Order: sequence, then structure tokens, then C-alpha cells
Amino acid sequence: MGTIYMDHAATTPMDPRVRAAMAPWLERWHGNPSSPYALARQARAAIDEARERVAALLSARPSEVYFTSGGTEGDNLAVKGVAWARQAHGRHLVVSAVEHQAVLETAKFLSRHGWELTIVPVDEYACVHPDAVAAALRPDTALVAVMYANNEVGTLQPIRDIAALTRARGVPLIVDAVQAAGFYPLDVDQLGCDVLIISAHKFNGPKGAGAVYVRRGTPIEPLLHGGGQERGLRAGTENVAGIVGLAEALALAVAEMDGVVPRLVRLRERLLSGILARIPDARPNGHPRHRLPNNVHVSFPGIDGESLLLNLDLAGLAASSGSACTSGSLSPSHVLVAMGLSRELARSSLRLTLGKDNTESDVDAAVELIAATVARLKEKPRVSLGPRR
Amino acid sequence: MTCMPSANRGAVWPLPPDAPPKSEIRVVVAMSGGVDSSVAAALLKREGFDVIGITMQLWPDDLPLGHRSESGCCSLTAVEDARRVAHRLGIPYYVVNLQEPFQESVIDRFADDYLRGLTPNPCLLCNQTVKFGTLLEKALELGADYVATGHYARIGWDPERERYVVRRSADPRKDQTYTFYGQTQAQLRHTLTPCGDYTKDEIRRIAGELGLGVAAKPDSQEICFIPDNDYRRFLREYRPEAHRPGPILDVHGNRLGEHQGIAFYTVGQRKGLGLAAGQRLYVVAIDPARNAVIVGRAEEVREWGLAVRDVNWVSVPGIDGPTPVETQIRYNAQPAPAVIEPAGDGVVTRFHEPQWAISPGQAVVWYDGDYLVGGGIIQGPLRPGADQAAGYTNPVPDREPTTAGRS
Repeated sequence: MGTIYMDHAATTPMDPRVRAAMAPWLERWHGNPSSPYALARQARAAIDEARERVAALLSARPSEVYFTSGGTEGDNLAVKGVAWARQAHGRHLVVSAVEHQAVLETAKFLSRHGWELTIVPVDEYACVHPDAVAAALRPDTALVAVMYANNEVGTLQPIRDIAALTRARGVPLIVDAVQAAGFYPLDVDQLGCDVLIISAHKFNGPKGAGAVYVRRGTPIEPLLHGGGQERGLRAGTENVAGIVGLAEALALAVAEMDGVVPRLVRLRERLLSGILARIPDARPNGHPRHRLPNNVHVSFPGIDGESLLLNLDLAGLAASSGSACTSGSLSPSHVLVAMGLSRELARSSLRLTLGKDNTESDVDAAVELIAATVARLKEKPRVSLGPRR
Repeated sequence: MTCMPSANRGAVWPLPPDAPPKSEIRVVVAMSGGVDSSVAAALLKREGFDVIGITMQLWPDDLPLGHRSESGCCSLTAVEDARRVAHRLGIPYYVVNLQEPFQESVIDRFADDYLRGLTPNPCLLCNQTVKFGTLLEKALELGADYVATGHYARIGWDPERERYVVRRSADPRKDQTYTFYGQTQAQLRHTLTPCGDYTKDEIRRIAGELGLGVAAKPDSQEICFIPDNDYRRFLREYRPEAHRPGPILDVHGNRLGEHQGIAFYTVGQRKGLGLAAGQRLYVVAIDPARNAVIVGRAEEVREWGLAVRDVNWVSVPGIDGPTPVETQIRYNAQPAPAVIEPAGDGVVTRFHEPQWAISPGQAVVWYDGDYLVGGGIIQGPLRPGADQAAGYTNPVPDREPTTAGRS
């Protein structure tokens, strides 16, 4: 059996059409977009066009779109940049308990440097309630950060309702849409967010390319100072091929969304119901309906999630025990803990995230493999150890 | 001890007769990033086993700062080195987190023992409870039959004895069989140590031939979670209650001074006593009941015998009566001739000549030729009869006793 890839929340394979769009900027047009000659003007024009495409896809203005190196930089820029720019107003941050580490750790960093941090709790489905956000807001609140879709359990957050609250209080709302991009039309006016972060490699684009939408008038400081690229918000020579690839990948994803998303939902349901049929005590995590079309997250009581994951890898199924960034650390996922799972149950979890290349036979093979491995692990082998004192 | 060249040198020492073909035997190699475990993985791969590399992440996140090493066996560099070797060998490689069992079974017990006046050996605890405990269970969960390590020991099935045996390695200077005395037959059945047939120089040469970048890495000597080797400093930070001053007494009970806490002293220690006596004084014993450190003259640090608890038999099923052995009372200590004999729950060991610095808590390991017979934990010295008091021949070692050798 070849490898079945079901970890699309970690990263996705690049679409060949994206690669083709990027190729000229890797192979031929090497000019620095900031230089004055013709070779460079080609690169400048490519970035301008990419910015226009991305802006149109987000229903934003081109001047509100900034290119970055990806999701982590985007989250850092948003949280640190807005916090710094608004510190005269106040130094209080509000972030949800289930944010990606790039938001959570950035907020915790700021809380060690004079900012106050309120972490908004979630319910058993990892859902952030607007009431809880309202309760956290203070006159000195500098920003609110709530993600569009959770990267571990796939739960979608009520961004529009939260945005109505923050808008009424005049507090910028930062939305990490890294997992949602490609599955939902990200209309920033409908969402009502002030900052939005996406990353190209999550929607079949290249790694190392991301974009941040910053609503006109939102105060924000740069992380990177230097040559004044990206209108002063992100210095550094532009990753021309990456920017072109991001725009192409987003355009393709949005154009094909209506076909891909319902198909992914069907595969997701087939995968989950297959697992539950074969392993009756398996426990699905995240919201049953308000969830990403490609995310299945399950706990298997009594099973060591790490052993399950490694066995699946050895058998040719690439999955995850949570976020790729926390694998290898023993601390149970902060998302699962915030949802109220016990440490034991949190450590017995498996995340499967589908992509447009997955098929029904992939799903059936994965169910078979997971069921067989879980059954084997339940008969846990034991070795009698040496004399213990 | 003989280092007889094994007939199937380069092969793994005998597998049981019913073993399947090597390509169907999955082996998890505990890869530290060092040269020995890297070559162990390479040798097994060359033999045709289905090899998986695993690096154990062992140190707790809240270990006192300053005890973190950039190069120790669980550091990031170690993981990167092991990962590069695994990639070069073309084997799957994982990092698994065993911080909790390591903290409970090794670090906490190491500290507890010192606080109780004992001298523990953390590498033994790690072998018994982590490498061939938690990691072995993990390996079995991954469908593996064996955990392999880079230890210098020869372990395998002996058809004549009809049991798994442990023999001295081909390199007497690097022999690590001492750390295997506590292994049960069930553990040994799942243990492979392919470096045992080679000398360290040969292992380095093989690493060089294979182009492994770790070929020239220096040997690590320290306890992995105490990279600066200062166990007293570690205890002061990790267990502040170790600072518990009490009396330093002579063997007759006279008070000679004050100590800072019994955890900071080891039998045989001379330095750091802070005594202005006319003659050289050594720690003779530690008395936890009186929170006292007992000191005496060099000859009072020598003992004719010792009582052993928590005995484990390795290459023999047990002993019925007095049995002559070579006895090793510390990692890297010279083996000394002795006779062992069952006594109640334990075993007594009587030396032909008195031995320096018997440290309760350390392991005592018995050998018959190059076979590891068994061993246990030193409970305490057997006091000599008056007729035995003459003829001390062992010289006083010039270096301070260490708590443990790395293994």
C-alpha cells in the first residue's frame, strides 16, 4: 500500500497549476521588485496583480493586503503589530483559549512585557461564545483575536457575532483564517473582521507565503523594519514566486469550492461513521455540524495516541495527534484541555484531515487500518520488569 | 576475563532457535545521537532487520536551568544528530516523549535515594524502568520484537543454559554489562546490543566508514540530566530540603563537625568534609536515622563483605550454596574475587580481600568469567570478624568516588 495522506491541516500538496504559475518567477524573472529597470518591473507588476487578485477574493482593497511568509508571521504581525500600535489606548488583550500557538504564545509573550491578557474559555465543542467575549472586553482592550476555524478539532467560530460586539466597542478583531481559507469565501466585510490571516500552503499553494488583510484605518506597527516594502508594514525583498503562487492557489480554491467542499463533507462523514462503526467507544471531538469540511478528530479511550500515530505511519497512513507544531511534546493539546477533556483522553486522540485528492477507497482503507491498529493496541503487551524497590 | 572472538562476529549474538527471518523482525533502536547507538542501528540494518530509530525525550521541562545541556543525550543537538543518522540509514525515525516515566522512575528516585543516605545509580534505573520498561512497551506496541541499544554488552540466548545470558563486551574498557544486572529474562528476550562484539575503536571506524557524522563525537561521561556532573548542586536546586545540617561523627560517636545534609556525602569521600583533623578522614557510613555522617580512617572504609537486597539472577537461575564469583561494586570498579551465598531474602558477598568504599544503594554485580551471574542493591557492609582485621592490600584510590558512571 502506498501512503495515504490525511494530514491536510498540517500542509497540502501543491497544485500543479500553482506550480506552473510560479515557474517563470523562479526560473526567468529574477529581478528585485524594488529596482528601477525593466526586469524588475516585471516582478513588481506580478506582485501588484497578485495583490489585486487576493484583494478581490477577500472583497478587500488591494491596499489592505500585505504579503508575509505565512500563518505564523501573519499571526505575530497582527497581534504584536496591533498591540503596539494601540498601547496608548490600552494594554489589554483578549484571545480565545483555542487559538493557534502563533497567536496564543505571542499574546503570552506580550503579557510578560506589560500587557494584560484575558483568555476566553470555550465550550465542550471548542466553541467561543460571543457572551464570553463580551464579558472579557474592557475599556482598555487593545484587540480581540478569535480564529475562524480551529486547527485541531475543526470547530468553526461565530465570527460575525463576535465582530458585531467588537465593532460596537471599537476594538480591532483579528481572525486567524489559516485553516478556513480555501473552504469558505472569506468576505472580510461580511465577516466584520479588522485583520485576517491566511497561509498559502494550507490551500495547495507554496510554503513560505502568506497574506494579512488589514482593514483601512486599523492601527498596526511592523515586525520587520528595513527597506519599506509592503508599504512599510513588512520590509524585505518580496517572495515573488510565493506571492504569485498564493494568489493562484487562492483563486483556484475559491473557484472550485462549490464542487470540492460538499465532496469533502461526504468523505468526512464516511470516515467518521466508519470509525465509529468499527470502534464503538471512539469519541468524536469538536462541533458535530459547525466544523471544517475536511476535519475528523477522535479520541480512543485507553489508547496511547502517539503509539497509534506511529503505527499508522509505519503502515502508510499519514495523520496527526493534534497540531503538527506540538507533536513531540507531552503536554496534552491546549485545545482539548480547554474543551474539558481529561489528560488521558486528550493523549488518546487522532486528527485526520482530508484533501481534495483523497478518495472513498482512501477513506475505507484508513478506517480499516485504524480499526485494526486500535484493536491491537487494546491488547496492550506487558513486560515484567526487573526488581523494583 | 576473556574476550573471545565470537564466531558470528558482526552478527547479532544468538537469537532463539524459533526466531523468524531477520527481515520479519522489527527492532526499535534507542538512538541517543551518539556514535554507539548510531552504529547499533547501522549494524542491525546491515543484518537485514526491520529497523526503527527512536530518540527518547527524557528531561522534564522544569529541570533547573543551568542543568540543561546543549550537547547531552536528550538535547536538541542529540535529536538532530540521531535524525540525520536515521535518514542516512533510510529507517523510520521518531522522537517519543518519556519525560514522565523518566522523572518518576529515575530523577525522583535518584534524589530520594540520596536524601535517604544512599548512593544511587540513575543509569541502572533508566535501563530497568525506561529503556527496557516504557520504551520496550512502546516498541512492542509498534509491532517490534526488540529494543536495541548501543551498550557494550553481549546479550543473547544460550541454548545450553536455556536462558538469556549477558556476557562482557569485546572491549573491556567500555564494558557496560554492570548496568544490565537487573534485567529479567522477559526483558532480555527483547534486548539486542549489537555493539557488544566490537571495541570502541572499531565502532568509531565503522561509523567513519558509513559516513556517519557522529563518528568523532566525544564519549559522554556524565549523568545525562546533570551535564556539569555536580550532583550536589543539582540536589540543592531540585530538592532544597536536601540542605539539612547534622553532625559529623567519628566511629566512636564523637562529634567532629557539621555537615550540610547527608545527601551531599558518599561513602569513601574525603574532600569537602571541612574537618581539621590531624589525619586523613573519609566518610565511612551515612546514618539517616541520626542524620549523621560517620567518618574514619582509610582502613575503616574497607569492608570484608556486604549484604545484598533486590537480587536478580541473569545468566543462572539462582544459587544453592556458596558460589565463587568476581564481584564488581561500582560501575568501572575492578572486579574482586568473592564468594556469594543466599541469606534470607538476599545474598551475602564475602571478599577474599577487603574492598574500598561499599556504598549502600549502589549495585553489586557478580561475574563468572565473562558471564554476568546476577546482582542486587548493596544494603550495607558485613562487619569483619576480629581475625580478619589484618592484611589490607587495596590501595586507596586517588580519585573521589563518583556517584555513577554513565552507561
